[in-house]
Amino acid sequence: MTTRTYTIASSVGLHARPAALFTQAAAETGVEVTIGRPGEEPVDASSILGVMGLGAKNGEQVELTADGDGAEAALDKLGTLLETDLDA
Amino acid sequence: MPSPTTEATASAAHAVDQVRRGIGVSPGFGVGPVVQVAPPVRPPVQEPAAADPAAAAETVRAALDAVAADLDDRASRAEAEAAQVLGAGAMIARDKELFKAIVGSLEAGSGPATAIDQAVETFAERFTAIGGYFAERVADLRDVGARAIAIVLGEPMPGVPALTEPSILVAHDLAPAETASLDRAMVAGIVTQAGGRTSHTAILAAQYGIPAAVQVADASAIAPATRVAVDGSSGQVWIDPSDEVVTEARERLEKRAELLASTSGPGSTADGHAVKLLANIGGPADAEAAAVLDLEGVGLFRTEFVFLTATSAPTREEQAAIYRRVFAPFGSRRVVVRTLDAGADKPLAFADLGEEENPALGRRGLRLSQALPELLDTQLQAIADAAQATEADVWVMAPMVATADEAAWFASRVAEAGLPMAGVMIEIPAAAINSHHVLAEVGFGSLGTNDLAQYTMGADRMQGELSDLLDPWQPAVLGMVAQASDGARENDRPLGVCGESAGDPALALVLAGLGVTSLSMAPGKVAAVRASLALHTVAECKALASVALSARTAKDARELVVAHASPELAALL
Repeated sequence: MTTRTYTIASSVGLHARPAALFTQAAAETGVEVTIGRPGEEPVDASSILGVMGLGAKNGEQVELTADGDGAEAALDKLGTLLETDLDA
Repeated sequence: MPSPTTEATASAAHAVDQVRRGIGVSPGFGVGPVVQVAPPVRPPVQEPAAADPAAAAETVRAALDAVAADLDDRASRAEAEAAQVLGAGAMIARDKELFKAIVGSLEAGSGPATAIDQAVETFAERFTAIGGYFAERVADLRDVGARAIAIVLGEPMPGVPALTEPSILVAHDLAPAETASLDRAMVAGIVTQAGGRTSHTAILAAQYGIPAAVQVADASAIAPATRVAVDGSSGQVWIDPSDEVVTEARERLEKRAELLASTSGPGSTADGHAVKLLANIGGPADAEAAAVLDLEGVGLFRTEFVFLTATSAPTREEQAAIYRRVFAPFGSRRVVVRTLDAGADKPLAFADLGEEENPALGRRGLRLSQALPELLDTQLQAIADAAQATEADVWVMAPMVATADEAAWFASRVAEAGLPMAGVMIEIPAAAINSHHVLAEVGFGSLGTNDLAQYTMGADRMQGELSDLLDPWQPAVLGMVAQASDGARENDRPLGVCGESAGDPALALVLAGLGVTSLSMAPGKVAAVRASLALHTVAECKALASVALSARTAKDARELVVAHASPELAALL
């Protein structure tokens, strides 16, 4: 089990377009990844409803967690996305 | 002379109980078998708990997968905008958190349909609370839920079924997404029980040229497959019509086609008085579709779509790219751009001034721009950039202007952005009454007759039951047009009309008679208005205008004008 913390870079937070891009990328990794605020119940990172419902704002910290083969690579990829302003 | 009213009465005598009168919102005549558009299925009241939650979860999973596959399939056959709506729905149907919430509900003792409904409503509430872009996704979410519930219960799918022959769609009301994704070749007409003159269904039907009537009593009760005819101008609906009715209507259509073919080019009266014929559009796709038609440009380009789905203010470059795509197809023709018209009823994620008791009378249109001037300045700069990059004759106008000071403020902003022509919408009675001062500040005026009727008659546009009060034939509304026209004449300013009333071939004569110099409408209506103007001289238009102005009621005004106009006009209505 690997857990890493990232800071949301998108100026509008993890909403709308950034959320759609992020969940698509999460689905494409083929690895079960969850996203959530530290200490809170996480949601599936490929769920647009879950991720939008999270309402993570710009500058907020979130944790990505994954397990098994490809976990490291998936987190690298998704973490980079979180730390990019996807709304630009 | 025969007027459509007397003809209709004669036909109705054959089968009095089989004719219903609604409100015609998109002209033309259609006949075909009824296809009822099923309303969304609700879960049964007190649905028993699933005996085996795990098995029920599998059933629900299969239903959601079927919904996703169906939406994907429809998206692959739809046009760009509709495809996006359908694709978003498929994504929701496959969503893991949605399924997780449903499984939770099943395990807590809910029946399968109820579990789907509860999960959907949990997310719907959350999204409604966030507002903006999220609130708009609620309709997609509920649609996915209703589809999955229909499969689980073995009920007919909500929405428009696949059509195999040209049919008349009958519904309580049609959602905009449904109307947007219609197979136009297979829809001979639309009949709805609810809706109003300016509802989205009416506007889209007119844009697509599909005959449509709204506010038709008991429409939902018409049996599927019944042969029905609809006259989208009078609003009449014949149930199981006699061949005579159909033949007579067809003859009228032939006459209409003949008249439409007899004129082309710039709009003018029989004696050569020019009245520009323009299109109302909402984005690049509309622009491409309208630009290939025989019309003189755009009288109303609504820019809301650029902003409504964005979560942050679109940049100057982003906006300019969109505006270029709208201007370019029109070559050197005129394009009148209306600046952002948002308010508390259409809140923007990045420009929300908070909730209001009464959004129609609140900080909307120019008032919002005055509260957030940087938003307007960026938009004007982007319009100027796009105007520079294309040949189009670009004019800009502000919505919701009430006073001369507001008009002057807007004109100075437009001048600062380097755009040559600023104007104002005249949709508030104050601006019409005071038009000699308001229009002195700007280069042109444009009457938005839908809002002008709403504010003159004190009747909410969104209230279908008040359609009669919102009738643009109301003599008081025409009086406002006349006052605005006096102010325009005093200042020697062009005055257009860009409400749906401009597309009524009879009302167009009255408007031209009142001194209106351009008419902007759904592109599909231009040909009939051109033909109508060509049948009358400007003196005749002025006479018809004074008849309409002095009428006692909206109904009298229309009947008198039709009776005094050229007998050939009947074929165009």
